[in-house]
Amino acid sequence: MALTRQALSLGMIVTSALMIWKALMCITGCESPVVVVLTGSMEPGFKRGDILFLHTSKDPIRTGEIVVFNVEGRDIPIVHRVIEVHERQDTRDVDILTKGDSNDQDDRFLYTYGQHWLSPQHIMGRAIGFLPYVGWVTIIMTEKPLIKYILLSALGLLVITSKD
Amino acid sequence: MCAMASLSDNLNSPSPTSQIQILNINWFQKQPHGNDEVSLTMNITADLQSLFTWNTKQVFVFVAAEYETPKNSLNQVSLWDAIIPTKEHANFWIQTANKYRFVDQGSNLRGKEFNLTLHWHVMPKTGKMFADKIVMSGYRLPEEYR
Repeated sequence: MALTRQALSLGMIVTSALMIWKALMCITGCESPVVVVLTGSMEPGFKRGDILFLHTSKDPIRTGEIVVFNVEGRDIPIVHRVIEVHERQDTRDVDILTKGDSNDQDDRFLYTYGQHWLSPQHIMGRAIGFLPYVGWVTIIMTEKPLIKYILLSALGLLVITSKD
Repeated sequence: MCAMASLSDNLNSPSPTSQIQILNINWFQKQPHGNDEVSLTMNITADLQSLFTWNTKQVFVFVAAEYETPKNSLNQVSLWDAIIPTKEHANFWIQTANKYRFVDQGSNLRGKEFNLTLHWHVMPKTGKMFADKIVMSGYRLPEEYR
């Protein structure tokens, strides 16, 4: 029984921490949102399940930066490195090309048909830091929602039936 | 824990060094699509050992060509990259052709002066990532296609 109570306390602490963290993210204006790495194209640097901390700023995008971008028609954001930048003299328009570290070819095959470059408006943010493994909780919850319901129900049941 | 790891990384003052020689211009053509492209062989030496701390998972290193054209105030083209997994691998010498294509937006490369930059991106076991670069100038492409 003591073990169950410990497990429950741990579960409550983890859940509360996650909730506080998410709330803080939004209270601070979602300036440093967090994204979970979903593919292996940046290995061994980032693995599936790692969490990346993003920062959005007006600084110009430069080669080597790890950026997060969305492609029309795909709902998962892609986290890859910038390998080419071409910035116009007058208009400050920038053409950007990206590639996953462990991919052989660049991302042109991922961009919308006919699009050869990304622009700064496609880019959601730059990765500035990371935490390993923690994102697996989100991946499991999203890809196997049944587990989420079971976990939450179990936690709920334990709260109700605990003798505290 | 993440913050503490980054704090100790901040205390490290790295002093990387590097040299890049262009050994050969393999070929230099205007492609059918109208853009200049060049293939070159480089000799890259670097000592990045001082970047490694207890919290370093790997260092991503790449070499890029940087130049200006009438159309573009800045062009950065990555030519080669590698992942350095440990400090022991971080003092290296490599002779290589460019891994990625050096293609201009247009036909501006004849006689073009350019910089070569060696960038490093320190990826931690946990926490903040660091990046910086060394800029080496004085390189110049041939006046004529070959």
